[in-house]
Amino acid sequence: MSLWEYANPQKFTRTASALLPYVGGLAALCLAVGLGWGFFLTPEAANFGSTVKIIYIHVPAALMAINAWLMMLVASLIWLVRRHHVSALAARAAAPIGLTMTLIALVTGAIWGEPMWGTYWAWDPRLTSFLILFLFYLGYIALWEAIENPDAAADLTSVLCLVGSVFAVLSRYAVNFWNQGLHQGASLSLDKEENVADVYYQPLLLCIAGFVLLFVALVLLRTRTEIRARRLKALIARERMG
Amino acid sequence: MIALLVRDLTLAIRAGGGFGLGLAFFLIVVVLVPFGVGPEGEILSAIAPGILWVGALLSCLLSLDRIFALDFEDGSLDLLATAPIPLEAVVAMKAVAHWLTTGLPLTLAAPVLGLLMNLDPAGYSWLVASLALGTPALSMIGAFGAALTVGLKRGGLLLSLLVLPLYVPTLIFGAETVGRGADGMATATPMLMLAGITLATLALLPFAAAAAIRINLR
Amino acid sequence: MMPELGKYAAAVLSSYGISLVLMIGLVVLSLMRGARVRRQLDEVEARRKADG
Repeated sequence: MSLWEYANPQKFTRTASALLPYVGGLAALCLAVGLGWGFFLTPEAANFGSTVKIIYIHVPAALMAINAWLMMLVASLIWLVRRHHVSALAARAAAPIGLTMTLIALVTGAIWGEPMWGTYWAWDPRLTSFLILFLFYLGYIALWEAIENPDAAADLTSVLCLVGSVFAVLSRYAVNFWNQGLHQGASLSLDKEENVADVYYQPLLLCIAGFVLLFVALVLLRTRTEIRARRLKALIARERMG
Repeated sequence: MIALLVRDLTLAIRAGGGFGLGLAFFLIVVVLVPFGVGPEGEILSAIAPGILWVGALLSCLLSLDRIFALDFEDGSLDLLATAPIPLEAVVAMKAVAHWLTTGLPLTLAAPVLGLLMNLDPAGYSWLVASLALGTPALSMIGAFGAALTVGLKRGGLLLSLLVLPLYVPTLIFGAETVGRGADGMATATPMLMLAGITLATLALLPFAAAAAIRINLR
Repeated sequence: MMPELGKYAAAVLSSYGISLVLMIGLVVLSLMRGARVRRQLDEVEARRKADG
């Protein structure tokens, strides 16, 4: 029994199909309870008013936006080293999820920023880094869509993912250097754990768990779709040949 | 390798687009900006470093898709891939040729355009120095992007989408160097970071670009 | 039932609304594409079986 057994597409599809209802259900449960708790039952924070409730979406979405890229990086490396198709397809499946999470983090941040900082958008390092991350996701997805041959597409997007990761980290430091922004101040940041009182922290943890589970469920679902789509393409090509 | 460089250069010059088009584009971008923001000298000198760097970056982008496309179409890229010199060196030479035909002329022309943008006199030397240091990275990153999209029929737009985010660190440090230089502040940190990025891209990206070309030729 | 959101009601509600729409949209799109690909694959597989 080893992890690599799941590199077999059929085995992966079977296991994913078996797991999906549980992971999906658990994700829905965590999100419903966590977001419901956060939205209805938490008190207003002294200096944030009711906008404190936005962190239950903003923080987990931002976390997943970065972790989705990390997962793509690992999956790309596995594809480049061990040539398991499932790995490449999982990276492809994760990209639109990461893109959506980045978008959610940006939008909720902007909405929160308007009453708090007096502006929807500031060229603050974190906001800027997320915008750049958003562009990286767009480029990655566009490259997948553009290339016909599935193996070449997997290879090229993996190379892009590796190079892009290095440049994404580089951009993060460059942007930090370029502008010391609003976000870092501890009085404004709820991201640091010590600033968050328990009343807010517990539902936040639940929401983070919900987002992680949602991500896993979506990756399983979309990877299964990609595996089938790949098989479909191969079968159609074979029919044309024969 | 030298022969390859000379060949690429002569091709670029004979095709005409090499030197002229990028420079003309740079000029037009810089001329258009004052129409957009107004002719006040103070505003212009405040935004000059950024505009000059963004303009240089966009002009660099113009000719990127031609780095490999022509050789891919007529099959000489296949020959180069099987040639005795490593493909990594071929890629590096292509990037050097691209730099000589776009980056270098842009660097040399930048002071004249700085004049149009009312750049602070202290900034000129930093403008030339930062462009000279930074544009090789632009060419090399661009060669990587071109290598990724070489097999695609309509790769131009995709190429911009892939390459522009990768240009962010170079742009930030480059424009920061000029801006600080113009304000009379210390420029060592952004300058060193810029040099570091350029050296790292020149050292590492040829391998990634060559890998991408091998995949595309498969 | 509704919590008192004060003067920030619009901000909180719109961010919850937009985020939920985006997430549900992603889930629905993933499910729809999954179902479509599955149906097409079943068709092709059935055709292959029929042809022997």
